Amino acid sequence: MADNGDDEYRIQQGDYVVLKRGDIFKAVQIVPKKKIIFEKQWFFLDNAVGNLYSTTFEISSGGILQPQKLKETGTPSDLKEAGTDNRNIVDDGKSQKLTRDDIETLKEQGLKGQEIIQQLIENSSTFRDKTEYAQDKYIKKKKKKYENTVTVLKPSCRILAMMYHGREPGKICHLRYDTLAQMLTLANIHARSKVLVFETCAGLVLGSIMERMGGYGSVIQMYPGGGPVRAGVESFGFPAHFHDTLHEFPICHVNALLAGDLDTTAKDPTAEEKFSLAADEEQIQPEAEQQGSPEEQSMETNAEDDAAQDQEKIEKEKRKEAKAQERKVKLEEKRKKLAAAAALLEGRNADGLVIASRFHPCPVLMTLLRFLAPSRPFVVYSQYKETLIECYTKLKEQGGTVNLRLSDTWLRHYQVLPNRTHPVLLMSGGGGYLLSGMTVAVDQSKPAASQRSEEPAPKRQKLKDTEG
Amino acid sequence: MSFVEYSDCIQDGDVAIVYLGHNSVMPVKVQQGAQTQTRYGVIRHSSDLIGQPYGSKVTCSKGGWVYVLHPTPELWTVALPHRTQILYTTDIATITMMLELKPGSVVCESGTGSGSLSHAILRTIAPTGHLHTVEFHQQRAEKVQEEFTEHRVDHLVTVRNQDVCKDGFGVTGVADAVFLDIPSPWEAVGHAKAAMKRQGGRLCSFSPCIEQVQRTCQALVDQGFQEINTLEVLLRIHDVRTVSLPLPDFGPDSRSDGVEETSPNHAAVSLKTTTPPREMPGHTGYLTFATKPRT
Repeated sequence: MADNGDDEYRIQQGDYVVLKRGDIFKAVQIVPKKKIIFEKQWFFLDNAVGNLYSTTFEISSGGILQPQKLKETGTPSDLKEAGTDNRNIVDDGKSQKLTRDDIETLKEQGLKGQEIIQQLIENSSTFRDKTEYAQDKYIKKKKKKYENTVTVLKPSCRILAMMYHGREPGKICHLRYDTLAQMLTLANIHARSKVLVFETCAGLVLGSIMERMGGYGSVIQMYPGGGPVRAGVESFGFPAHFHDTLHEFPICHVNALLAGDLDTTAKDPTAEEKFSLAADEEQIQPEAEQQGSPEEQSMETNAEDDAAQDQEKIEKEKRKEAKAQERKVKLEEKRKKLAAAAALLEGRNADGLVIASRFHPCPVLMTLLRFLAPSRPFVVYSQYKETLIECYTKLKEQGGTVNLRLSDTWLRHYQVLPNRTHPVLLMSGGGGYLLSGMTVAVDQSKPAASQRSEEPAPKRQKLKDTEG
Repeated sequence: MSFVEYSDCIQDGDVAIVYLGHNSVMPVKVQQGAQTQTRYGVIRHSSDLIGQPYGSKVTCSKGGWVYVLHPTPELWTVALPHRTQILYTTDIATITMMLELKPGSVVCESGTGSGSLSHAILRTIAPTGHLHTVEFHQQRAEKVQEEFTEHRVDHLVTVRNQDVCKDGFGVTGVADAVFLDIPSPWEAVGHAKAAMKRQGGRLCSFSPCIEQVQRTCQALVDQGFQEINTLEVLLRIHDVRTVSLPLPDFGPDSRSDGVEETSPNHAAVSLKTTTPPREMPGHTGYLTFATKPRT
């Protein structure tokens, strides 16, 4: 336990972790005495604290976790007896001698998964006749069902991307993890760069980018609506200083910023309105509660003298003032953040652009590309190919980009076992499409219209050159 | 310029990527007074490149033009001089994510080959990580070391000229991740384990043949690796184009009495769509990943 250098590998209170069982993942935060439900089982993570990451725990009664002892590997049945084929195995539905109720009783007795599986095997009349491979498969299947263990992992882009794709693909626009991997690479995401992100993938894409930047450089998240969604980012459990590199800018102010009339010195009127509305509601509620409380009422009826009422009034005023002050500070903070993000964008020298959202990508891409420096990569994800065809066409018309590529990837998993190697039977049907490319300097000498008509000319010349 | 950090303008000594058109690029070592021949004419470094911003359009002597791009590991992969078979971006991207590489990671790799993956690793682990790469072919080891220096990433990498199957990676207990692209990876699994941190790490082996995968997986099981997983990622490129589909002439329509409004002879519907390439790479290699548990 007293090993040095292990501290960062130990699970701590408040950590964001990922639970794993088989191929199923779930991200949770370690909170004292919090009941966790995972794969139809409930338990508490309190006992996990202090253990090393990647430890597998057994769930015992009462939801207590016990670090799993290294168990002997190998099949539970020592004497190996197996058939060669299935010519004599008949599916009469009576091969298992244990009934459903028997199994339930075993479970209630608190038998370990391993022991239940052993019972199932002993009571299966056909098990011995099955081939060695079929036996393996049978045990594997039962293990999946009856073993009550959970592994606690440190979150990473790999694990969270696989988790989201498995659990909630709708939340991340069906972005498959291999596609996310392509995006991070095609956009050349690395430390000390300035990256623009527009995503509605629960913060998964943003978090992955932040992981690859390691807290160096800056990320500007362009967000739609009232505020950025970052649930996925939290699951990464980044150290505090990572968040200093993260900026946000509302997409509704992009046009103003591009036109040069975004006023970051004045308060944002819409934001202020929202804020004061929210604040008012907050104010009303506690007051109502106070009036309803018995103490308050008794005080009012007992002490009817003016002094007390005055006192109350003064306090009310004070509270109001404090609230107003708080609101001001918050607004000021928000304004500062907006100004900082605007300043980063104004140079129009961002190093990369990543788009993955439920919005139509075309207008987003055409607008945000203007913030990129020349010779910088961009990647657009879409669940649908047609939207990217439109992007491709628009970019070709407009110029200013090269190396355009519309692609997707196929992901195929393999089962590798002695004499039983083959592709896994089920594969993902689609992980979305990517349009990637590189910005280049736009010709300033010609107006956009004439450039468009002139564009094909040199291309043709090029062709002739190569042919001749 | 550096492969791990962007800069705005081209300087003497940089490696720039000349973009010649559709999927055609060439690397250029920028030198005062030097010239580069392209199929569109000559590029004079002193006047056409040095001091110009990356992403500029350069007009060549024959009147054609090219773009000069900032180097990235992905552009380098399609431009680099091949000394071996190389890994391409699709596999590289998968490897990078599945090995959980990020700034600060310490990585072991063998063989170095032409350095295609090496550059991508260096980009991802900079500025605080390190790559220990092993190449048993002396000439290749020397050549790739030269390139790392030219690309200003040599402070992040150590090239060792030895046989990884016999002598290992030259480091022990330091790596967060190990990558193997050698003909007999199962012979290096033990060395890979030794190179990795006591607390654990990730391993990837790239093999074109399934027999290699099987032997590697067996070696991984024997060495106590967990989460062993073999997969394959294939890239499909879609060519965007407008297609025109003619409409057949069904002859005069008895239902529409009177004169025909449109001439059916040249009727066609055109639409924007994509077509698959006639041929595409159907296999590069199987990627086997595994986790080394804490020992």
